[in-house]
Amino acid sequence: MAIRERLSGNEAIAVAMKQINPDVVAAFPITPSTEIPQYFSQFVSNGAVQTEFVPVESEHSAMSACIGAQAAGGRTMTATSANGLALMWEMLYIASSSRLPVTLACVNRALSGPLNIHNDHSDSMGARDSGWIQLYSENNQEAYDNFIQAVRIGEHKDVVLPVMVCQDGFITSHAVENLDLLEDEKVKAFVGEYNPEHYLLNTKEQIAVGPLDLPNYFFEHRRQQAQAMMNAKQVILDVAKEFEKVTGRKYDLFEEYKLSDAEIAIVIINSTAGTAKTVVDELREKGIKAGLLKIRVFRPFPQEEMVAALKHVKALAVMDKAEAFSGVGGPLFADVKAALYGVADGIKVINYIYGLGGRDVKADNIELVYNELQNIVKTGQIGETYRYVGVRE
Amino acid sequence: MGKLVEIRWHGRGGQGAKTASLLLADAAFNTGKYIQGFPEYGPERMGAPITAYNRISDDKIRIHSNIYEPDYVVVVDETLLTVIDVTSGLKETGAIIINTDKAPEDVKKHLKGYKGKVCTVDARKISEDVLGKYFPNTPMLGAVVKVSNVMGEDEFMKDAKESFAHKFATKPEVIEGNMKAIQRAMQEVKGI
Repeated sequence: MAIRERLSGNEAIAVAMKQINPDVVAAFPITPSTEIPQYFSQFVSNGAVQTEFVPVESEHSAMSACIGAQAAGGRTMTATSANGLALMWEMLYIASSSRLPVTLACVNRALSGPLNIHNDHSDSMGARDSGWIQLYSENNQEAYDNFIQAVRIGEHKDVVLPVMVCQDGFITSHAVENLDLLEDEKVKAFVGEYNPEHYLLNTKEQIAVGPLDLPNYFFEHRRQQAQAMMNAKQVILDVAKEFEKVTGRKYDLFEEYKLSDAEIAIVIINSTAGTAKTVVDELREKGIKAGLLKIRVFRPFPQEEMVAALKHVKALAVMDKAEAFSGVGGPLFADVKAALYGVADGIKVINYIYGLGGRDVKADNIELVYNELQNIVKTGQIGETYRYVGVRE
Repeated sequence: MGKLVEIRWHGRGGQGAKTASLLLADAAFNTGKYIQGFPEYGPERMGAPITAYNRISDDKIRIHSNIYEPDYVVVVDETLLTVIDVTSGLKETGAIIINTDKAPEDVKKHLKGYKGKVCTVDARKISEDVLGKYFPNTPMLGAVVKVSNVMGEDEFMKDAKESFAHKFATKPEVIEGNMKAIQRAMQEVKGI
């Protein structure tokens, strides 16, 4: 029996952490993720977990402490947002290249400046090349479910990579919503014991972590790391299947919503997907064949699967909640367009930058996007591909 | 498709509008509903205008934007009536509930010709009478349940008591006062 609950997104992650009961959590507070270590430190003080909680003095140290503890052989976790993630940057690459499956709750917030505490995806999108697996969550339920699955994905012997579980700052992190929790013992059974193949505290095997890696071996290590990221796709699907057996909740690389017969569609990430689904329903009632693809797994990028799901669509809008300053569009747009190139060239693809710095995304904004897609289908004219919605200019 | 009820709270930092929205979400959750309770975060300081929101539905709630066309608006601080467009987007089939010692017809001039129901409740007097202090949020919570009918009164009273027992676990002496505040607000709210 699932436990019917109502929690904020941050509480949901803190509860997942409690149920996982990791060896080490090291964190430094930053809005809007502060509540995660705050709640978790209460669990530590109350004896609800056996975790060593390390209240470090910066996010660089938080990630460093996680790296040290994970290398020693412990299961470790942290949480951060925006500039906190930016301060971890150097160490994000150390964690992934040292093949340390740390789990990080990223509560998405605009990366300064100008200084802003609200949601967009510029923090995690900036970290997309750091070698971390990235899972995104539409609501509190998905944040909770993804966080539990992340442990199994990262620690799998074919992967051994760190995983970042993202959700929208304030929009879901501070909104109380219904969700179903698993019982403690079910989470415990699902994640299992962490038994790394190689670890520093193993007296039977002397190893070094993070030594100088000169031209003789560096290239091979990078190749192996890239292979691990490719392997992750199948592991993510296998873990999702197992999770579905326990919870009944189905997860994939992405979610298709009324997409199979859609003529117009959007590709979107995190909480706005929910708002967009209500718009799709309204358009469907009017007989308009609208659909939606919501990314769950952004790294590794599900290229082939995405092409198969989108290839029949006539016009597509890729929604980026981050500006990458390439001058030609956002980061998700670049990846989706590259995926379609040469295999689905008939699709007219445009990009929208939306919701930066917490600009509220209304159903009207999404409706406008679908209206533009209808125009493109009707006229055959694609026009400007790099667009903004919801901005004053 | 079950009915979705959307509520917008206007208050000032420190008056507990956010807490009230979370308590309402809690109570509705306990009656089996799907809920959302979330504040709009700005510069957080005592006295600054703040907005909080509730969605209550029989079906899963997917939308994740602020509320622009609420069914009900709750004004926790009447000085906001001249500062904020409190009836913006408010449905005429709904109602606005204002914390004031004035009668509904006396506050209408601030409501830009809003044609829906206008309700008032003197949350200050109720709070000061039963709690000895000014905490307007629990009387307003009682008033909004009464006016909106989002859940049965008895059901709500039972759940509110449980929520308070949880929230005020370290100071149980305030539970009874808060329950009285809710009860009185339900009886005294005008304009229904």
